[in-house]
Amino acid sequence: MAGLTQDLLRIEDLSAEFRTYQGVAKVLNQVSLSLRPGEILGLVGESGCGKSVTARSILRLIPEPPFKITGGRILFRGRDVLKLPSGELRRLRGNSISMIFQEPMSSLNPVFTVGNQMMEVVNLHQRVGRTRAREICLEMLHQVRLPDADRILGKYPHELSGGMRQRVMIAMELSCRPDLLIADEPTTALDVTIQGQILTILAELTRRKGVSVLFITHDMSVIAQLCDRVAVMYAGMVVEIAGVRDLFAAPLHPYTRGLISSITGLEEETDHLEHIPGVVPSLIDPPGGCRFHPRCDQELDPCPRLAPRLIPVEPGHYLACHLYPG
Amino acid sequence: MKTAVLPKGGLRRELALTLRVLSRNPSALGGAVIIGFMALMALTSGLLAPFDPITISLGDRLLAPGGVHLFGTDEMGRDILSRVMYGARISLRVGVMVVLFAGVLGSIIGAVAGYFGGRIDNLIMRTMDIILSFPSLVLAMALAAAMGPSLTNAVMAVAFVMIPKFARMVRGEALAVKELPFIAAARVSGAKDFWIIFHHLLPNCVNSVIVLATLVMGESILVAAALSFIGLGAQPPTPEWGAMIAVGRKYLMDQWWYATFPGLFILVTVIGFNILGDALRDVLDPRIRR
Repeated sequence: MAGLTQDLLRIEDLSAEFRTYQGVAKVLNQVSLSLRPGEILGLVGESGCGKSVTARSILRLIPEPPFKITGGRILFRGRDVLKLPSGELRRLRGNSISMIFQEPMSSLNPVFTVGNQMMEVVNLHQRVGRTRAREICLEMLHQVRLPDADRILGKYPHELSGGMRQRVMIAMELSCRPDLLIADEPTTALDVTIQGQILTILAELTRRKGVSVLFITHDMSVIAQLCDRVAVMYAGMVVEIAGVRDLFAAPLHPYTRGLISSITGLEEETDHLEHIPGVVPSLIDPPGGCRFHPRCDQELDPCPRLAPRLIPVEPGHYLACHLYPG
Repeated sequence: MKTAVLPKGGLRRELALTLRVLSRNPSALGGAVIIGFMALMALTSGLLAPFDPITISLGDRLLAPGGVHLFGTDEMGRDILSRVMYGARISLRVGVMVVLFAGVLGSIIGAVAGYFGGRIDNLIMRTMDIILSFPSLVLAMALAAAMGPSLTNAVMAVAFVMIPKFARMVRGEALAVKELPFIAAARVSGAKDFWIIFHHLLPNCVNSVIVLATLVMGESILVAAALSFIGLGAQPPTPEWGAMIAVGRKYLMDQWWYATFPGLFILVTVIGFNILGDALRDVLDPRIRR
């Protein structure tokens, strides 16, 4: 991939598995992607295709065992996260990389006030006095457009709505001034109007502060609205990476095409909903060859035998599919 | 420390709310009234007790309950009512000390086991299981006997026996709480393990710990009284309920009041704590609080 040195985050051939009683689930299979400073990269795919596992591996949040990373590297600013000692890993978390989660209902500790928790995070990373910490919190809440920030600091999480909590989370994580923010389906649990507001705030703030975002979602319309580039994952593999315009104008992988056509538009009159037939395969016993071939509508001769590799088909457009052999 | 960051009057608001919910729950109220009465008696015994609980007055030996001595007198002529009132001090103090010691230590042990899991969890919880596998009274007896008979040693022995109760419960809670996203969020923002345990895990277990503490309070008063009864706890002439029953037992046939009144107070106190504990379980449930 181009621009080796300027990548903020670079995942190379990351493979990982869960050891379960039913067998070994190979959840990641040579995943490669990269993120430049200030860029918003969307990571998209159906449930269970390895998006969250990829994201959480970056921060090493999954307990090992049963999880095990079996190969590859995760380079953040050129250093391999997988080889960091625990002290440096902790400094990396929060200082350089932050994460917001899907469940805004339980992402805040229910027994402390919002102010208490926000100030805790501020104090963890910036040695400032109580008054200054409070000012920073107020400023951050103001930036995520929460009115009446002063009162919100005194509230307990259950007194806030889901949208307000997610804004608090964004404010809290950005107050650490990270270089990379991992957003794991932050709007999935919210209703559509709130979802739009949160996305706008997230995009605006991260662009203004120059924070890179790894945005995980299963919703193609969110990708279109927010991201610069997109990586499409299927069954633990990256199948296509492209700029967001390229991808929507000319999706190459049949899976990507399926995802895009599943977006329901307002204009078209349809009497049926588009969908990709079948489900994500079991990762304990995945289909041979291209993992998508049992659900694919255009099966070629090598598909069931040979796994396609992720190769560039155009500048900045990577694809793993036998339809376009380089 | 935590209260400083609460909004102005936040703690008072919480306390007022707790009292209001408590007052609407009749059995909780009953338990609270009993405990309140005992606590008041313990606090005011110095002022209100009609006689000194220690001074011997051999002319008034074993008087039946009546006008001057409401609960009668013992074999040394001491007023049983006064001794029972002073005894409340000792029993409640024993209960509070046991619960503080066992509650704090047990909760921390349980949280550490639950949070780290794996080998640490196994090591800690199997040790707890060993302690739990003895009947609590028998183990407390053995420990108290080994350390020598005194009230302090009895308290230590009872506290030691109660630790696994807290450890086991908090571990269970910790296992559930540590999977919640805010724990992951704390780790993501670079928090250290022990910070997470003390700051995120334990505060979320407080409600259950309070409930268990109330129940253990009753039980430890009972066990401490039993230790005193067999001579391993408070020593005469200390007015401890269990020790009083032990001596009063000899006179039970002819002077029924000697053992009966201290026994009655143990009974009522323990029942009071148990009722309160059961009711607190409901009162502290955040879902019905607001």
